[in-house]
Amino acid sequence: MNQSLIQLRGIVKKFPGVLANDNVDLDINPGEIHAILGENGSGKSTLMSVLAGLYKPDAGKILVNGAEEKFRSPRDAIVCGIGMVHQHFKLVEPFTVAENITLGEKGNSFFLSNKELKARINELGKKYGLEINLNAKVWQLSVGEKQRVEIVRMLYRGSKVLILDEPTAVLTPQEANELFENLRRMASAGCAVVLITHKLNEVEAIADRVTVLRQGKFAGVLERDQINAKEMVRLMVGRAVASKYDRDSSPVGGVVLQLDKVNALNDMGLPCLREMSLCVREGEILGLAGVSGNGQREMAEVISGLRRVESGKILLNDRNISNLSPRTIIDLGVAYVPEDRLGMGLVPDLNALENLILKKYHQPEFSGRWLLKSQAVERNAETLVKQYQVKISSLHQSVKVLSGGNLQKLLLAREISSSPKLMVVIYPARGLDIGATESVHKLLLELKKRKTAILLISEDLDEIFKLADRVGVVFDGKLTGDFPVEQADLEEVGLLMTGSCSARERVNENEPAHI
Amino acid sequence: MNRLTFKLEKRLTPSPVMVFIIPLISVLLALLLGGIFLVLTGENPLDVYSLMFVDSLGSKYGLTETMVKAIPLMLTSLGVSLAFKMKLWNIGAEGQLYMGAMAASWLPLTMPSLPAYIMLPGMLILGMIAGGLWALLTAIPRAIWKVNEIITTLMLNYVAILWVDYLVYGPWKDPNGSNFPISASFSEAARLPGLGDSRIHAGLFFALGLAVLLAVVFKYSRWGYSINVIGSSERAARYAGMNIKRNILLVMFLSGAISGMAGMAEVSGIIGKLQHGISPGYGYTAIIVAWLSKLNPVAILIVSVLFGALQVGGYAVQVEGIPAAVATMLQGAILFFVLGGEIFTNYRLKLIRQKGEELSK
Repeated sequence: MNQSLIQLRGIVKKFPGVLANDNVDLDINPGEIHAILGENGSGKSTLMSVLAGLYKPDAGKILVNGAEEKFRSPRDAIVCGIGMVHQHFKLVEPFTVAENITLGEKGNSFFLSNKELKARINELGKKYGLEINLNAKVWQLSVGEKQRVEIVRMLYRGSKVLILDEPTAVLTPQEANELFENLRRMASAGCAVVLITHKLNEVEAIADRVTVLRQGKFAGVLERDQINAKEMVRLMVGRAVASKYDRDSSPVGGVVLQLDKVNALNDMGLPCLREMSLCVREGEILGLAGVSGNGQREMAEVISGLRRVESGKILLNDRNISNLSPRTIIDLGVAYVPEDRLGMGLVPDLNALENLILKKYHQPEFSGRWLLKSQAVERNAETLVKQYQVKISSLHQSVKVLSGGNLQKLLLAREISSSPKLMVVIYPARGLDIGATESVHKLLLELKKRKTAILLISEDLDEIFKLADRVGVVFDGKLTGDFPVEQADLEEVGLLMTGSCSARERVNENEPAHI
Repeated sequence: MNRLTFKLEKRLTPSPVMVFIIPLISVLLALLLGGIFLVLTGENPLDVYSLMFVDSLGSKYGLTETMVKAIPLMLTSLGVSLAFKMKLWNIGAEGQLYMGAMAASWLPLTMPSLPAYIMLPGMLILGMIAGGLWALLTAIPRAIWKVNEIITTLMLNYVAILWVDYLVYGPWKDPNGSNFPISASFSEAARLPGLGDSRIHAGLFFALGLAVLLAVVFKYSRWGYSINVIGSSERAARYAGMNIKRNILLVMFLSGAISGMAGMAEVSGIIGKLQHGISPGYGYTAIIVAWLSKLNPVAILIVSVLFGALQVGGYAVQVEGIPAAVATMLQGAILFFVLGGEIFTNYRLKLIRQKGEELSK
């Protein structure tokens, strides 16, 4: 009988109040690309962290080549040939690629001659098609290249099982395709690749086998020929989900927001918006695609008054709002759902009552000259929580214990209930599961119906194509594309996101995204 | 073969029972720890403790003295708690108290013949403004350049204390005071009325009134809400359109003003003149009191009395040749155990019985 390389048996992992893994089994074979699929909070990252030696399971066994192993630290797992590439790279930015790869290695690698080392890494690179410049400093690399460094580091340490935690979350479609080719090569060379993801198209594109988790439990395993989106969704969610939304097709109104050649600086004082111009109309969703870090967050902050406009104009219904105070802009009807829900959009230590009046506590509705109107505050929270179906055990509990989906619903409830003229949302569904994503999207479409102008900033092209009336592309602080959604092409938008001037000029795919 | 192991598990919500029990246990453990030191120095801890207790809480005189010490503790603790609520670490209450005492003294020293109804409010206002401005001195660089207020408030304490020393050793020294570092005595109009004929003075009502006011501000007011938001997350506060700089200046000023009030109450209610060493470190003890009280104004009143009693007890045993530092040591030990015990409000200790066979694997 062909024995699996890795066997997980009855893994249980508890966190306070949550059973993250409940008696989960998993088999990983050599030479396969194995996807671990599940919604957020389904326990896939926890399970992989157990396998990589980061967490100690409360029960269950890990068998490597049939022999039971107990991992006390990631080092034990690495010794057994299990390496994990985390979503947030663990690289030392000022060091070179070669230094990062050998970092933490025990033994004589420190004294290994540069030549020998490079030969070894290059050999690995050639074998798997992973080419990197060993002498480059890590901070000079693009996100995709950094990921490659992480992968080579794991291979260099002799990993036979490579775990990647949502590797495509930070990549452009082109970079993702390149990554998949590399993974394919590794698998055919006999490595096992484990891919944590919640994106069905990735699983369809690359996986040989997929294990689905639901609410911490094993939900099913599908072989290559059984893999199809419908079945996977059924296993993941336990029910079918709409793949398209009914969109309100009534014509859009006049221009609500207009950016006219806006320049702004980022936190390091470097230009992050360069002559940015765009406009959003009443009842229109402008989907702004772009790899994060190209000025999106700064643009949202500039509009909401949190960042200085160096030059140019921001017009809200023809009124110049640039460099007005955040409160004035809020009161003029600009709502903003920031990417950082907990810590910026919501105050973690305050309860739902308090968080739901964050932007309106000073208005006569909720307070007199001195005191808050506690009854009004309570009524407001009760109504909103009910209306937006936020699952919350008590209005008096601090919101930091809520799940991502409920946090986002709470935040949207507050922002939407202010009946804004303009809504700016960044990555509204990032980190949310399918169910929560669906409700967030429906709320945005509902808001559009109510004639609000919506600026939707996202990295998720699916999301943009599903929701937006117009698709814009932002690269390096400039608007590099602007199409009605019917005329937008996924491939072209993807290319524009990487900074190529036009789809006709095919870029060298090996070139870094950031120039 | 069974073996027991311990495991700490995080609680979802802090345990309400522990919030009450831990301070109690902490006091007991602190007494135990202090007892060990006393035994090592050849004293009988029970004798020492009972002496401390009787002399601070067991007699009318002791109670009075305890309250006398508790009043400035209450005021300075309330002052720092306001700043702490916004996560502004004002540890300069001592200096703010001195500056308040100094400014309040200026009025009776320069215009001794003012009537009480002008003198006392005047002293109070001067004391509060001076304490507030002294704190504002650190709030301005904090608000504009994010200069760490812990360092600046702490350093200004020494400046304030030495400044008062300069005055009482120099220009303000009483010419008839046989060269002691004290100012001339205030006129009767500049003395806060006492409670009956005791040394407990009207400053107590300042503290009680302020505690109620702060409790309302923290819990029910619009301004208290914004302080709470700014303290919890400055980024969220900015996002919500709150004026953070203005609130830093305002809260720091008020925090200092309350400590300045404590200084005024000391010179006007107790001492009747300005002198060297008017505070045995009330401003520092206030930090401990505010922290132990979890910034709850009513709890601050109670804890202040406890710490006042400790101080009086400390002086009492000094007469017997035992250093008064016993009290300071106990204060420190209580804080130490309370902070250490906080792990039990947020975590739960679990006993796990492991079976022998599992162990042998």
